[in-house]
Amino acid sequence: MVDKLPPKQRTKIPRQAMPEQDACQRAHNFEEVNLGLTEAIAQRESQRCLTCADPKCTHGCPVGVQIREVVDLVREGEYLSAAAKLREDNVLPAVTGRVCPQENQCEGACVLARRFNSLAIGHIERFVADYERQTGQVGLPERALLTGKKVAIVGSGPAGLSCAGDLSLKGHEVTVFEALHEIGGVLIYGIPEFRLPKEIVRQEVENMRAMGIDFQTNVVIGKTVTIDELFNEEGYDAVFIATGAGLPKFMNIPGEQLAGVYSANEFLTRVNLMKAYDPDQYDSPIYDCRGRNVAIVGGGNTAMDSVRSALRLGAKNAYIIYRRSEEEMPARGEEVHHAKDEGVQFMNLHNPLEFVGNEEGNLTGVKLVKMELGEADESGRRRPVPIEGSEFVMPIDMAVVAIGTGANPLVQSTTPDMATNKWGYIVADEETLRTNKRGVFAGGDIVSGAATVILAMGAGRVAARSMHEYLETGQW
Amino acid sequence: MPAMFPIKESRFLSGDVKLFRVEAPRIARKRQAGQFVIVRIHEHGERIPLTIADSDVEQGTITIIVQGVGKTTRLLNQLEAGDSILDVVGPLGEPSEIKAFGTVVVIGGGVGTAIAYPTAVAMKQAGNHVITIVGARNQSLLILEEEVRATSDELYLMTDDGSYGEHGFVTQKLQALIDQGRTIDHVLAIGPIPMMRAVAEVTRPHQIPTIVSLNPIMVDGTGMCGGCRVYVGKECKFACVDGPEFDAHQVDFTNLIQRNKMYRDREQESLEAFEADPTDDLEEAHHCHMEQKFPEVGPRTV
Repeated sequence: MVDKLPPKQRTKIPRQAMPEQDACQRAHNFEEVNLGLTEAIAQRESQRCLTCADPKCTHGCPVGVQIREVVDLVREGEYLSAAAKLREDNVLPAVTGRVCPQENQCEGACVLARRFNSLAIGHIERFVADYERQTGQVGLPERALLTGKKVAIVGSGPAGLSCAGDLSLKGHEVTVFEALHEIGGVLIYGIPEFRLPKEIVRQEVENMRAMGIDFQTNVVIGKTVTIDELFNEEGYDAVFIATGAGLPKFMNIPGEQLAGVYSANEFLTRVNLMKAYDPDQYDSPIYDCRGRNVAIVGGGNTAMDSVRSALRLGAKNAYIIYRRSEEEMPARGEEVHHAKDEGVQFMNLHNPLEFVGNEEGNLTGVKLVKMELGEADESGRRRPVPIEGSEFVMPIDMAVVAIGTGANPLVQSTTPDMATNKWGYIVADEETLRTNKRGVFAGGDIVSGAATVILAMGAGRVAARSMHEYLETGQW
Repeated sequence: MPAMFPIKESRFLSGDVKLFRVEAPRIARKRQAGQFVIVRIHEHGERIPLTIADSDVEQGTITIIVQGVGKTTRLLNQLEAGDSILDVVGPLGEPSEIKAFGTVVVIGGGVGTAIAYPTAVAMKQAGNHVITIVGARNQSLLILEEEVRATSDELYLMTDDGSYGEHGFVTQKLQALIDQGRTIDHVLAIGPIPMMRAVAEVTRPHQIPTIVSLNPIMVDGTGMCGGCRVYVGKECKFACVDGPEFDAHQVDFTNLIQRNKMYRDREQESLEAFEADPTDDLEEAHHCHMEQKFPEVGPRTV
């Protein structure tokens, strides 16, 4: 246990760095990049907290984690209590401690950020969750008396899991339906092992199972069972739709049909869910990147995950092709920084016009045009404008299109009385996440469009509160 | 723990084509002709699409018919009644368009006959005059003859080597029917890609609406990955959710063939390794069966 230091001394401690696997080494394996704080470093970092009377960090957190209390407990060496405190608001602390964009949320709101570096809240969160997991003494919150109400959650990604956790604690009988063969949604198929080891997701899911939540894989709601059947035939009292934004977008440029052009969803699903990076053990194939030139189109976290995966699969050159400049890049700073350290080559201000192939229909190159930034567009970012006459063909063997995702229509198309907007996303009330269909709530990416794990988890919590109220009162 | 899918019945229909009846009550209840399931045999396996040949709502089973061509299908074909399949998900894809067209020609090539069969049944039930043309390289590869005969008003059996039925290709029979001046309102062709492409070329000049069922490489089967994209009249479609059946006259078959070759080397390696020593895979597939016998959690409550 460490005593609280006077505020002036606290600000003198520099922000503690996250120990990382060496860049040269990690560029060739799928093991986790961030190694986690040691107890000593976590202690030291927790000393930096100013324990504000009105903690801005909690306001910055989409699920409202009581960060000051958690950090206090860490400083006192009460790690298991800290973990239990975390779990009051966050069912997946080991996940969010790794993948949250803290710099825009809790850490962005941290008072220290104004004059010094913000408290490393994400790193502390991860430390606490990992400590708890390693001891095997998971402090699951107590479940309320059973209400006798049945709730179906459609989709087992972050929104669904977060909603399931909260509703189960309220005493409702919760079933989570997943279309794939493994629970976790984007945490399993999307985010690579080196950023979020799947064992961690599995452990969190096991914790939820221990809380009494029922998970059913291989059920495609909309195909295997419809929403109406969940109510009428399977006896559910309320449904939360959290199917995410799973429909890959393509650029609709010539050559996209060539063998060797992937959507990021396919590429990452093969690598993560199907474990194609381990061909000795797993059957699912993936393009053999060894010694090849690989280009990923896009500048978001999915693009970074894809390019870093390609590098680990043995690509000789792994490029990011992004039509704006690094400043506008939507990916987290940490991911861009990691990618650069590992040797990813950034071709910013370039836009693909066409994929080029050979007679066998295999990809051989990409025709690019150079871009420059013009006036700001409606998103506030400067609009990229092609530079005339700057086109050239770059030889590549594999490409991944990571320019975003849209709404998968499977649930909506078989639930015609539920309102959707012109892009196919489900329309839900902002505060209650109610759809126009009685008993049906929706949240996460299927309402907001593609966003982050933690925003989806926040939506899951909002939905849980709102569904609980509906289940208690029966008022719609 | 995963809920498993027990195999209730299995039998070979020909040398390398095997029929399985698998317990999957939810899928059996919803399945319509033309739809498919995605199957994964064990924890280290890949996901492959297989068309549902039949279903029995009362028994809660679906029937799949599998030709052992690659590692996964050959491994599957070594399973028996009493074994279980780890993952079966569906029914996926859009059902076949079934209505009273008039005279419908259903063409099945090789194991494609198994895929065409349920649609032939549905076409017959919808009041169509069903002409079925079944083709195979030789007699030993012909499957479902009796079943198809029972659902067809006319049945023509074609073998490449003349060892059974008539000597020739399915397209020759189709051409002959057209040349005889028979009115054909609708054609459904399912089989190897070259066969489907050839059928499309036979019907194109006569503007006979022709549907083919495509078999691109898939992963999830729910529209999530886009790996199964096919080009139909220049438009990009996902076979798993928009198909698998498309207008044969619009399909870019060349691209489909090229995309299907994408993992050929890896598939070959995988098959060779399996053929050389199938022990691990068989053990793992049977281990799944053991888990089913002694489940760690109780059966599903719904």
